[in-house]
Amino acid sequence: MDAKPTAPGTGSLKAQDYKSDLKPVWCPGCGDFAVLSAITKALAELQVPREDAAVVSGIGCSSRIPAYTSVYGFHSIHGRALPIATGLKAARPDLTVFCAGGDGDGFSIGGNHFIHACRRNVDLTYIVMDNEVYGMTKGQASPTTEPDWTGSKLTPQGPGVAPFQPLEIALSAGANFIARGFSGDPNFVVRLIVEAVRHPGFSLVQVLSPCVTFRPEQRAWKETTHADWAPEAASTDRREAFLRLLDDDGFTTGVLYKGHNPVFAPPHPSSANLADLEKGFAL
Amino acid sequence: MRQALEGSQAIARAVALCRPGVVAAYPITPQTHIVEGISKLVADGVMDCELVSVESEFSAASVALGAAAAGSRAYTASSSQGIMLMSEVLYNIAGLRVPMVLTCANRAVGAPLSIWNDQQDSMAVRDAGWIQLYCADNQEAVDTTIQAFRIAEATELPVMVCVDGFVLTHTMEPIDLPDQDVVDAFLPPYHFARMLDPARPISLGTLVDPAWFTEARHSHHHALLKALPVIEQVDRDWQAATGRAAGGLLEVIGPADAPTAILCLGSVASTFTEVLEDHPPDDPVKLIKLRAFRPFPAEALRAACIGVKTLIVLERALSPGLGGIVAVEVQAILATVPDAPAVHGFAAGLGGRDMPVELLPDLLAAARAGRPGEFTIADVQLSKLPEEDR
Ligand SMILES: Cc1ncc(C[n+]2csc(CCOP(=O)(O)OP(=O)(O)O)c2C)c(N)n1
Ligand code: SF4
Repeated sequence: MDAKPTAPGTGSLKAQDYKSDLKPVWCPGCGDFAVLSAITKALAELQVPREDAAVVSGIGCSSRIPAYTSVYGFHSIHGRALPIATGLKAARPDLTVFCAGGDGDGFSIGGNHFIHACRRNVDLTYIVMDNEVYGMTKGQASPTTEPDWTGSKLTPQGPGVAPFQPLEIALSAGANFIARGFSGDPNFVVRLIVEAVRHPGFSLVQVLSPCVTFRPEQRAWKETTHADWAPEAASTDRREAFLRLLDDDGFTTGVLYKGHNPVFAPPHPSSANLADLEKGFAL
Repeated sequence: MRQALEGSQAIARAVALCRPGVVAAYPITPQTHIVEGISKLVADGVMDCELVSVESEFSAASVALGAAAAGSRAYTASSSQGIMLMSEVLYNIAGLRVPMVLTCANRAVGAPLSIWNDQQDSMAVRDAGWIQLYCADNQEAVDTTIQAFRIAEATELPVMVCVDGFVLTHTMEPIDLPDQDVVDAFLPPYHFARMLDPARPISLGTLVDPAWFTEARHSHHHALLKALPVIEQVDRDWQAATGRAAGGLLEVIGPADAPTAILCLGSVASTFTEVLEDHPPDDPVKLIKLRAFRPFPAEALRAACIGVKTLIVLERALSPGLGGIVAVEVQAILATVPDAPAVHGFAAGLGGRDMPVELLPDLLAAARAGRPGEFTIADVQLSKLPEEDR
C-alpha cells in the first residue's frame, strides 16, 4: 500500500488509489469484483481521504473486501460486521463508514443485527453482495435463496423456506436509505453508493452479485434486472415505498426510499478530544 | 462392512445408524461435509429424520435442544467459531441435563482467522458440563459417535465427540461400519424421562434461587463423575458387540513400565503410535491416549502414571497467560501422588501446523533438557517474530 497523501478537497484521488496491492482471490467472474471497483470509484467521486474511510466486514467471500481496499479495514466475525461498524462510527463519527458482506453474513447469522442497525439508523452505508448462496462454505442456501433451489448438498430438495426480504425489512425497521443495484451495471452501483453515503442515517445498498461458481445461472441476471427505481424519483414516503415493493420482482434496481428518520447521534461531536470523551465516563 | 470412506462421510453414516429424530446444523469448515453427508442420507431415504438447516450455530444448538427436550434423539455438529457461538446454549443443554450428541470438527478459533485444525474450540467449552471424547482416527470417530448416543442417554448428559478437522474429517480411511441390527441392539429406542409431554406437564429451565443453585451445580458435577464408569462400560459393550473398543477413558500404548510417557488427545495419538513402533527399545516410551477429557479420568491417569518419571503433555490448544490446559490439569491430578512424574507441557500443531513424526524425538529432547512444570510451544518459529515478541 503506498502512502500517497490524501489531503481533502484536492480532487486528486483516483479509484485506483483506494485499492490495495492484494489481488482478490475471488473466482474469475465473481460479481464481487465489480462491487469492489464500485466502492473505490464512489470513494474517488466523494474524494474521501483514505484515512477518513473504513470498511468493516464479516466472514464470507464478499467479506474479504476490506483487504482489497486501501482504507481502514476490519474483517471481523461472521455476522457481526454491523455492530462493530456501529461501534466504530460511535467512536469516530467523522469517519465515512462502510459495512460490507454477504447475504448469509448479513441476513442469517447476522439477521438480528440487521434489524437493529436499521432501527438505530446509524450514519453508515451497508453494502450487501447478495448472491443468494453461501459462497465461502461451498454453496449452501442462504436466507435470500429461492425455496425451490435444489443446488445445495445441505438442502438437496430446496430450502423450502420463504425468502428473506431485505428491502421490506429495512423499510419496516427504519432504515433511511434503501437501494438495490446489480454488479453487472457497476456505474449505477457507484451512483447508488455515492447517494447512500451522502444521505444521512443507515443506508442499505443490496447489490445482486452473482456467484458464478455455485449459482452459474445468476449470469442471466443481466437480462432479469431492470433499473426502474430512478434515484431522482426515490420515494420519501414509506407508504409509497411499501407499495412499490409489492410490485417488485426482486430485480428492480435503483433507489427505493430516502427517508428522514431520526439519525443515531453519538453522544460526542466529531471534534471530541480525549478530555471530552473522558467526561462521558464521569458518574 | 469395511470400506474406504472420508472421515466426514463415515461420521454421517454412524449418525444415521443411530436413527436420530432431528439434526440441526449451520455450515462451517471443516464440519460441513458431515452435515452434507447426513443431508444426502436423508434425501436418499436412508435416514428418516428431520434435518433443519438453520441460520446460525446458536440456532442449531437451540433446535437440537428443543428437539431433545421433546424426547427426540438429537444431533448437531460444528467447529471453531460455531462452537463459540453455541457456547451459551451448550451450557444450557448440559445444565438442563438434556442428552444429545454433537460432533466438534476441531478447528482453531480466531483471531487471527484460521480454518485449520487445533483443539482450541472444544477446550474453550470444556467447562460447559458436556462429556468430551477425543478420537484418534476415523474408526474411533465412528465407534465413538455411536457410543456417544448410548452414553448420553444413560447419563442424561450431552456428549461432544471431538475429531480433528481436516486431519480426520477430510481423510479417507478404511472403515468398518457396523450393521444396522448391531447398532439397533446396542442403542435401543430412547425415552427421555423429563421429556416435555402435555400429558404430564413439567417446565425445563426455571429460575433457581441461591437456595438451590449450588446443589444443581453439585449434582451436575457428580453426574459427570458418575459418567466415568458408564463410558468404560459402554466401550466394553461395544467391544462385545463388534470386537472393537474405542479407547475407554484412556488407553496406554507401549511398554507399561516405561519411565517416559507422552499424553495427548486426538489424531496425533495415531501418528505417535506409529512413531513409537520404531522407537529404540533401550529408551522405553509409552503413549497415554486420553479419550475422555470430561469427565477427567483422574484415577485412570494416576494408574497409568505409576513408574513414570517424565510425563510429556502435548496439546493442540493453550491458555494464554497460563500455558497448557491439559498439562495444568494433569499436574493438579498427579500432585497428590507419591513419586509423581515431572510434567512437561507442550502445545504444538496450532492453526493447522503439521505434527510430523520428528516432533516426538524433539519433544523428548526438549523435556529432558527442560525444567519440570515448564510450558513451551514446541514448534514456534521464533525467528519469524520481532525481537520483543520472542
Ligand atoms: C460462527 C460461524 N459460523 C459459520 C462460519 C462459516 N461460514 C463462513 S462464511 C459463511 C457464509 C458466507 O455466505 P455469505 O455471507 O452469503 O457470503 P459469500 O461467501 O456468499 O460472499 C459461513 C457459513 C463462520 N465463519 N463462523
Ligand atoms: S464462490 Fe461464489 S461468491 Fe465466492 S468468490 Fe467464487 S463466485 Fe464469488
